[in-house]
Amino acid sequence: MTAIDIGLPRRLVEFELDGEPVRVPENATILDACTAAGTKIPTLCQGDTLQPANACRVCMVEVEGSRTLVPSCSRKVEPGMVVRTDTERTKTSRKVVLELLASATDLSTTPEVKGWLEETGAEPERFGPPAPPSDDRDHRQPGEHEVPDGMTAATVRQPVKVDNDLYVRDYGKCILCYKCVDACGDQWQNSFAITVAGRGFDARISTEFANPLPESACVYCGNCVEVCPTGALSFKAEHDRRENGTWDEERQTETTTICTFCGVGCNLTLHVQDNEIVKVTSPHDSSVTHGNLCIKGRFGWQHVQNR
Amino acid sequence: MDLQFLSSTPTDDERAAVDAAVAGQAPSRDLLLPALHAVNDRVGWISQGALNHICRTLEVPPADAYGVASFYSLFSLVERPKRVVHACVDLACKVNGAERLTDALTDAFGPASGKTGDVTWLRSPCLGVCERAPAALVFQAGEPATEQLLAPVASEALVEVATLGPSTVDVPTLVPQQGDGGLRLLKRIGVVDPTSLDDYRATGGYSGLRNALLLGPVGVIREVSDSKLMGRGGAAFPTGRKWDATARQPVRPHYLVCNADESEPGTFKDRVLIEGDPFALVEAMTITAFATGCAKGYLYLRGEYPKALHLLENAIAKARERGFLGENIMGHQGFSFDIEIRRGAGAYICGEETAIFNSIEGFRGEPRSKPPFPVEQGLFGKPTVVNNVETLVNIPLILTEGCEAYARIGTAGSSGSKLFCLSGNVRRPGVYEVPFGATLGELLELAGGVPEGRELRAILLGGAAGGFVRPDELDLKLTMEDARAAGTTLGSGVVLVLDDTADLGGFLLRIAAFFRDESCGQCVPCRIGTVRQEEALHRVVGGKKLSTGGDDLLVLREVGQVMRDSSICGLGQTAWNAIESAIDRLGALEKPLERGKRA
Repeated sequence: MTAIDIGLPRRLVEFELDGEPVRVPENATILDACTAAGTKIPTLCQGDTLQPANACRVCMVEVEGSRTLVPSCSRKVEPGMVVRTDTERTKTSRKVVLELLASATDLSTTPEVKGWLEETGAEPERFGPPAPPSDDRDHRQPGEHEVPDGMTAATVRQPVKVDNDLYVRDYGKCILCYKCVDACGDQWQNSFAITVAGRGFDARISTEFANPLPESACVYCGNCVEVCPTGALSFKAEHDRRENGTWDEERQTETTTICTFCGVGCNLTLHVQDNEIVKVTSPHDSSVTHGNLCIKGRFGWQHVQNR
Repeated sequence: MDLQFLSSTPTDDERAAVDAAVAGQAPSRDLLLPALHAVNDRVGWISQGALNHICRTLEVPPADAYGVASFYSLFSLVERPKRVVHACVDLACKVNGAERLTDALTDAFGPASGKTGDVTWLRSPCLGVCERAPAALVFQAGEPATEQLLAPVASEALVEVATLGPSTVDVPTLVPQQGDGGLRLLKRIGVVDPTSLDDYRATGGYSGLRNALLLGPVGVIREVSDSKLMGRGGAAFPTGRKWDATARQPVRPHYLVCNADESEPGTFKDRVLIEGDPFALVEAMTITAFATGCAKGYLYLRGEYPKALHLLENAIAKARERGFLGENIMGHQGFSFDIEIRRGAGAYICGEETAIFNSIEGFRGEPRSKPPFPVEQGLFGKPTVVNNVETLVNIPLILTEGCEAYARIGTAGSSGSKLFCLSGNVRRPGVYEVPFGATLGELLELAGGVPEGRELRAILLGGAAGGFVRPDELDLKLTMEDARAAGTTLGSGVVLVLDDTADLGGFLLRIAAFFRDESCGQCVPCRIGTVRQEEALHRVVGGKKLSTGGDDLLVLREVGQVMRDSSICGLGQTAWNAIESAIDRLGALEKPLERGKRA
């Protein structure tokens, strides 16, 4: 017999969502409630295996009585709350936040964002043509910046970091959602190899002193790549295939199996293209891994295709 | 924790600095900021070896510590000269010729942020000495580090001190109203010796605490609630309610945090209070701790206030010596309380009431999402009272004269007196104390108005996060409720006066640059919004257009609205206020702004 932990019974809380009464279990977030009610709220920094970071501000909704909009990903539903997801204020906020992100960041590999930009009528180009890439972002001093002339829009465009055989870090695509730092740190891996460094627009994901990854505390578990919502972090195998134009998700199959390296029993999802493993992930709802793996499960598959 | 450290080793100096900073204390993460200060003070910058030694000592991951160190503008993570000149380029100094200083520094030492030679210089945000603008702070790393504040300073004098090195020169802290009588919060400033506990007691000091101990915690909270004291840090929250909510929390311990991270451009009242009357703050914190059940208080002082730091260290040591801090305070069995000073390291955002917790705990000074509020989960996750310096120094007054007498001063909605920081184009700049309800015009008159032959153009009220008012609005009554009704704010008490020589366009650009520099970077509306606002403002002020021909005022408004609606904290939410009020209230930016006619 299999024992399934269904947890303690949770009280239901009733509140109003876009004019309709909705009942959700106690402690549910507004976003949980929206998802359950079929109301789609876009979000980038929310992670199904992580604590809310509250950083991207894409999922903001209006709560009656609140001076500002509130992040639906973290705000818990309270009895009697009146929530609106579709007011002019929320629409403007979503549009401008997406415009700001798209004007500063390369979102070409961010799933779904193209549709959101179209839906909201975002025009990131109204802030001006993007400024050229810069190679000094790792060493900028907080509290100072070059005086802009206003004729270009500052961006985080910068050279791609390739300093090891397993990961590629393309921080021109980074929206600073904190997920990789949280996955590397005390929420999952406890390696603490990366951090948010710097301040303001110059804030960036970095190792200590921006040292190359092989000199850092990184253990190459790949859990940061697993949670990255924009493709700023990618596996080298995927990055190389994207570069030479042979990455094609339409031709890929996904097969979930069990890792054979040790006795823990992690679920592996093998992404296979043209009879070759091109990427390994783990299901986020796996009770063993919660989407996390170690270097062996994540990268130790080359021998399979030594033909 | 099984941490991986760097292979770099510290120099003897670095090791000694860190070891001295943490000596006698159990290693814990909240010592990170003091340890970083120790190295930066002694060596002038923080090397990989030094950071690694700090991390091994405190068991902090090196990447984490790097993230924290790189958050603060007073720290350098690359080698630089031991002598650093921080030249204030912020609002009040800008109005008073800061550019002449930076030009002279460039001529003498090359461009800002140089890494070679004996001297480097940086453009600094507000140094909090706006009444003596223009100002510069000369820092010399060493054992001990020395600092000299020069204000007001001429170009030649600054270059000379920068060349020869700082020396200790004590400039007395004065307030223009001294001798006028009727001063309450400022009554001791410039009159008593700020290093003398006897002077403090001889002028009524510690009678408030004596009364508080007789009343008991519940009685003290009742007095403060009935006095209708509201927070003076900018948000005007009723102090009694905050205290009551904290006192009622069953979780222990409770913490008290005094927010002395005064960094709002144009604000210097907290510095004047601390430099002129440090024991009042120590007594006030002790009463607060007694009422709210705190055994430990942190006094978070901004890093650019060396004189205030020395005076507070002295005041706390003397109070401890004489039984006003420590165990069984003033003989009251079972009441123990002590104060630890924490120095900020150059980050405006750390004055935000939750960012200050992260900073003290040794994390990046990023604001937390609320709820939970500090009274429930604050410093180290425990119930915490956070009060501003000016709010606190009202407490001994209330306990001495009683809440009824206190509440008779001011108006029904705003009780007591308020400190205002007058600076800019005004004849007698300084901190002024007036009862709530005085008008802006009366305040301006106290300070002598604009210089001879000039005309008032605008007043920035409340700080960079406040708003402009026009010369025809001088009958505005200075109360929380009147300011709100007039669509403006008293904020932190800034009254920055601009006359017809002021370069309004340059002034607005500085406000935009300030918020861009000081955004912590955590949330998108503020991190990118402040950049887009600065860029758009450069176009509008400079009369430039993008080829797409968009409406830049609309860009400013939409981005501003979303920063206000969707930013995590008050910084992003208020960053657009002043520029919006310049457009809506002053009618500025409708056409390209020319520089002031005399500037």
